[in-house]
Amino acid sequence: MSQWPSAWEYVLPVRPGPDQVTITVDGREVQVPNGELLIKAAQEHGTYIPRFCWHDRMKPVGMCRMCLVEVEGLRGLQIACATPVYDGMVVHTQKDNVRKAQDGVLEFLLINHPLDCPVCDRGGECPLQDQTLAFGPGESRYIEEKRHFEKPTPISDLVLLDRERCIQCGRCTRFAAEIAGDPLIDFGGRGDLTEVITYPDDPFTSYFSGNTVQICPVGALTAKPYRFAARPWDLTTSETSCVTCAVQCRAAVQSSSNRLVRLLGVDSGPVNEGWLCDKGRYGYEWVHADDRVRVPMVRERGELVETSWPEALDAAAAGLRKVLDVHGPEGVAVLGGGRGTNEDAYVWSRFAKGVLGTDHVDAQLGDGLPADIVLGLPRATIADCDRAAAIVLLAPDLKEELPVLFLRVRKAAEELGVPLIDVAPCDNGLTRNADAVVRYVPGEAHDVVADLVRAFDGDRTGDDQIDRAGSLLTGRDGDVVVILGRPSLAEAPDSVVRAAALLGARPGTRFLSALRRSNVHGALDLGLAPGFLPGRVTLDAGRERFTDAWGAVPERRGLDTSGILQAAVDGQLHGLVLLDADPIADFPDRRLARDAIANVDFVIACDAFLTESTRAANVFLPVTVWAEKPGTASNIEGRVQRVSQQISPEGTVMSDWRVAAELAARFDADFDLETVPEVQDEIARLAPAFTGVDAALLRRARDGVVVPLGEHDDELVLDAAGPPITDASWEPILPGTIASEEGVTSHVGTGVVEATGTGSTTTVKPGLTEVEGPQGSRAEADALGSAARDAVAAGPPLHEWDRTTGRSPAPARDAYALRLVSGRKLYDAGRVSAASPSLAPLAAGATLLVHPSDRDQIGIADGEEVQATSGRGSVVLPVRAAPGIPRGVAFLSFNQPGPGASDLIDAGAAVTDVRLEMVEKRS
Amino acid sequence: MPETRIVTKRLRDHPEDSWTIERYLATGGYEALRKALGMTPEAIQDEQVKASGLRGRGGAGFGTGQKWSFLPKDVYPRYLAVNADEGEPSTFKDHMLVERDPHQLIEGVVISAFAVECHQAFVYIRGEFALGYERLRRAIDEAYERGYLGRDILGSGFDLDVILHRGAGCYIAGDETGLLSSLEGERAMPRIKPPFPAVQGLFAKPTVVNNVETLSTVPAIIERGGDWYAGLGVGRSTGTRIFSVSGHVERPANYEVELGTTFRELIEGLAGGVPGGRSMKFFIPGGASSPWLMPEHLDEPTDMDHVQNDLKSMLGSGAIMVFDETTDPLLVAWRLAKFFAHESCGKCTPCREGSGWIEKILYRMSHGLGRPDDLDLMLDFGDNVVPGLNAPFAQTTICALGPSIMSHVVSLDRYFREEIAERMGADTRTRIPVAAPGGGGR
Amino acid sequence: MAFTPQNLTHAHEIVARYPVAKSAILPLLHLAQDQDGWVSPDAMQEIGRILDLTPAQVLGVCSFYSMFKREPVGQLVVSVCTNVSCLVNGGPELLRALEDRHLDDDDVSVEEVECIAACDLAPVMQVNYDYHGPVGVEAATTIIDEYKSRVRTPRTISGTRVDAGATR
Repeated sequence: MSQWPSAWEYVLPVRPGPDQVTITVDGREVQVPNGELLIKAAQEHGTYIPRFCWHDRMKPVGMCRMCLVEVEGLRGLQIACATPVYDGMVVHTQKDNVRKAQDGVLEFLLINHPLDCPVCDRGGECPLQDQTLAFGPGESRYIEEKRHFEKPTPISDLVLLDRERCIQCGRCTRFAAEIAGDPLIDFGGRGDLTEVITYPDDPFTSYFSGNTVQICPVGALTAKPYRFAARPWDLTTSETSCVTCAVQCRAAVQSSSNRLVRLLGVDSGPVNEGWLCDKGRYGYEWVHADDRVRVPMVRERGELVETSWPEALDAAAAGLRKVLDVHGPEGVAVLGGGRGTNEDAYVWSRFAKGVLGTDHVDAQLGDGLPADIVLGLPRATIADCDRAAAIVLLAPDLKEELPVLFLRVRKAAEELGVPLIDVAPCDNGLTRNADAVVRYVPGEAHDVVADLVRAFDGDRTGDDQIDRAGSLLTGRDGDVVVILGRPSLAEAPDSVVRAAALLGARPGTRFLSALRRSNVHGALDLGLAPGFLPGRVTLDAGRERFTDAWGAVPERRGLDTSGILQAAVDGQLHGLVLLDADPIADFPDRRLARDAIANVDFVIACDAFLTESTRAANVFLPVTVWAEKPGTASNIEGRVQRVSQQISPEGTVMSDWRVAAELAARFDADFDLETVPEVQDEIARLAPAFTGVDAALLRRARDGVVVPLGEHDDELVLDAAGPPITDASWEPILPGTIASEEGVTSHVGTGVVEATGTGSTTTVKPGLTEVEGPQGSRAEADALGSAARDAVAAGPPLHEWDRTTGRSPAPARDAYALRLVSGRKLYDAGRVSAASPSLAPLAAGATLLVHPSDRDQIGIADGEEVQATSGRGSVVLPVRAAPGIPRGVAFLSFNQPGPGASDLIDAGAAVTDVRLEMVEKRS
Repeated sequence: MPETRIVTKRLRDHPEDSWTIERYLATGGYEALRKALGMTPEAIQDEQVKASGLRGRGGAGFGTGQKWSFLPKDVYPRYLAVNADEGEPSTFKDHMLVERDPHQLIEGVVISAFAVECHQAFVYIRGEFALGYERLRRAIDEAYERGYLGRDILGSGFDLDVILHRGAGCYIAGDETGLLSSLEGERAMPRIKPPFPAVQGLFAKPTVVNNVETLSTVPAIIERGGDWYAGLGVGRSTGTRIFSVSGHVERPANYEVELGTTFRELIEGLAGGVPGGRSMKFFIPGGASSPWLMPEHLDEPTDMDHVQNDLKSMLGSGAIMVFDETTDPLLVAWRLAKFFAHESCGKCTPCREGSGWIEKILYRMSHGLGRPDDLDLMLDFGDNVVPGLNAPFAQTTICALGPSIMSHVVSLDRYFREEIAERMGADTRTRIPVAAPGGGGR
Repeated sequence: MAFTPQNLTHAHEIVARYPVAKSAILPLLHLAQDQDGWVSPDAMQEIGRILDLTPAQVLGVCSFYSMFKREPVGQLVVSVCTNVSCLVNGGPELLRALEDRHLDDDDVSVEEVECIAACDLAPVMQVNYDYHGPVGVEAATTIIDEYKSRVRTPRTISGTRVDAGATR
């Protein structure tokens, strides 16, 4: 987009003045921050100035001219979207000249606009339609032929473009360039033949393309999954979190006739700023997948057969009891839980550790980092990225695994000037935004990070990029935020853990966890990890409190997933519960997972699908999934936010936590938990990190609660709805503006225009909760924080990472082999992609990426297949050269359909080296 | 009344080789530069250029010295962008200056760059000026070779690089901020102001944008003094201007005259008047964007302020188009409307949609398919592009192309309302809505 | 590859002139058009690679400017002005006559253009950006035929003199 090239910091000039200035809008004096854009300042005080092109999260462009207002003393009319306020500004938004100009713009927009509202997805929530209906003349004065384009044209697999409906506001093109960094759409042509274009054969394959559909003010951009799916006035809506990944973007989930039809981003400043990735946005489809299991099953004569819940639960309990009787608690393990709610995790934790007595419990599937580290990190928040001294990436490709965090980091680097240091084995989605690019050979991250830390402290290391990274901190205040995850599933976490320890030893370093799975942080926080009890306390630290509350806790620290699977293979494990877990797909070492599950006597699967793992179950308990149950979830920051039940589940399915409570009852343990709020209150009472975070607080906290509350009370916003003047879904949807009591939903789609006259309007959305503003609640939030601090200080100590380092260094690489790096792509063979018809075709399949010279050395062309052999196994895969892969390294995406990385990775090895050989060409 | 040749003297006196460095030097070239380098930048700005009263010759007529003075103190780098993207219909003076006296422009650029303390200048030349590009290219190379450009110019310690940049067929790149967008490699869409280019221009750095004729005048001002220049012309319209006179005249050409010269002296005196003994129907005084004037205005002086304030038009780019009694004003209006529809960048809704709407209506009107209320319809919705419909134009768009789409409609209303009413009445039997064909350029 | 090795080197020299690479997009599009006679899809992609832009961004800019031919054209592009000074001096008639004459002529592409700043020569036309005017139909056809037979040497489709080498 050409008006405000993002590379150049064009700034609207602000008149000097006090921080807060007084302006007069339509005769009303209001206090606003000096220099704020008039359109925004007015809106925050209840005056909605109509607009099409302006969007609060993007730079003003001043194209549509709809927001013309009169500012006394300035010649002509001004566009409110590009006019910063100054002290004493007097604005008129309702005068006749203003209304006339705005009506004129509306007429111009309409002359070439097809009036196909009855068949347009936007119809019913369209600002052009609403304003025309409210103030427009009954008939058009335009008798000429309207312009015509071929339509609709697909501009990507998910988005279609109708150029006749387009009003050239540039929201989509600016989003693509400014926010997503994927300028694959732009304006082409000029004058009234200006059109949004893609380059032929180069579609808008952005992971964020759905946002353009959401912010398009008309029906020019439509989403394939939602096209003709519903009318806005038929939708019910609730606010929730998307739990496709662990960022947990805030979202408005919408259904029609008990079917999910649309997900919209909610503009949560701390989390997602209104954006969603396409996987999250369209991944709701899997909820309605045809192959959902909706009736319990037990294995009879080798086959899973349908049964009733009481019989299934009895069978599950009996099977577990048998294992316990013969092998004791350590013969049983629970894997998974990262896809449920916090309440699911807590009750399962209580059942596993308090009733079964096993500590072989792990929500991670060998694809993350040790829980000791994740639970003990000095944490950063997502918003800390905006103000960090620097951001260090020591994580998998955020664009692929935590896409909306990628957007935030990209913004910090590109727009806010935060130095970005990319430490990784190969190029990733943020490399082009990085100020320093530090590469390491898998298994040797700690060596380069040791140099990096020296460079931070002012030493010269002789490595250009590392020295450059060191210099980036000069003159910058604030913490260094390290985004820490598992950069590659083909290497053990040890080297990265040691690297993180070196960074963590520097004062002023905070970490943002980059574990990706859905609610894995909630599960870990609530005790689904070996050695831990709910609320980030170790077994030993929490023993007294939880023994009192639960009756018992395990004696000894248990095994993690790798250990559990190995124990199963070794014949040490006899009962296994899979909580929404598919280790055969997700564990990095497929053979180990497969052998382990085959070797366990009794398997219970709590899941919604039959997977290769759950097919082995003796008892299959079908559970509710996202949008079918209320609760809370914790994201990468440890922010606890509510997820809503938007639809009633079909069939006889039950929530995971109820399953745990039912099973407990069969072991004579009465948890006395009947509702989700009761579970939340028990968590708040017992789990130290969740002290004070009870059901009542969760209901009131607009942006959720970052735990422990005592350390983050400054982020707590109580009872604050946004100003009740948001418009339809094309405008930022502010958190707290959708009523989301359990079972209560509201309409969000339709902006209702108050038809009192022409021009600027106040639009009020039905279903808004109008409650007091944040100011009055500040003192209360502080008091709650202080009480939580005191209570935590009096209880068991929260776990802290002791930064002890990992195991032995990696072996040297064999000169004929390539060292494997494996990470996930956004679209893969996982449940969300594979069971969502719109997303399933987007999984690209596994391709081995190598440096061009390594490819040439093998002597094959791009796309040809090679045999890749590691110490663990051998697969045949196509190869492509990619300049972002260093020599001697091969990248292979994880969990794509078909054979792949997990057939090559040995869970017990520090690194994975593969040899590539040409495949014999079959004639 | 003869011409007063200052900027056009050399190219008129030596049409055979006026563009060569040899001729330039033989006729006193680069002496003004030598003189300027001995002055302080402040002295050039204040005592010479500001004192001369020189106003921009591109169209807006803003005071050149004043424009320079808007550059914020102590912010570097700064850029000078030279607007050689002449595209206002019927304007052909910059084209001539670039082709036939490129060194005069370069000398003006170096002096101006020195005055505003900038070390990189960009000359944005209209893409279609193939020969002009070639000659300017060679002139720049020669200037480098002889030390008028580059490092330590004439031993003064002042450095300047000039980058010659070709446009590619786009009227709106001639708008001040459209030009900057284009120079940055973008679609040439004008930008919201403020920030003004003087504060955040090219690459968001302080930038002066000046027209070719403006800068070509600077050497003469330095040579003979700002006060001398201020003594020419009339009122606040000091000095001379080059008027491009074309259309129905005997001798269409560029004429450099003192401002204040009457339209009659230009059109009938210098250009020889309407040929063939026909009479004049109307004329356009300042390029396609300016509202039209009538024969009764012929004795009005070419005083920028007078034309704007009293005649409700403008001298604009100095292009005078003359139309004789056989001309159909609707056809001229339609052709201008087609031009603006073709050249609207598409950014602002009123201009993007309004320009096309007007073109379609005027096509019908000029091709026998008009309706009686068409003119009023255009005036009514046009008022939402140009609130008030009266010069000096207000606008609901970013740049002045918006109001330009209404100039000819306003002019039709002012001077031809009855003629049109009569014709449209006669045309009402044809009441079929018709789409205007896209036309060749569209 | 879209650019010849020589032009590729030249392209990088052009990029180096500007504080920001993207500024070089118009010069590079001219360079491509000088070389190939039009701006081919390959050229747009290559320019994107050189300037670190997506092909969509290059197309967005390219399609804004009317001198760039995104479809192949004849070796001679005859641009006839029909704006007002030419309008009243026979420009439209000249355009129509030339369009008719070269309707099926692969060597000559006739186009209507906006004012080309030579109204003293009305009606005026350009042949590969060399001006000719005032020209009636007869004079115009003679001139075009002289170009066709190379009695006159035409510039490139972007208006560069052939003996001047590539766009500088």
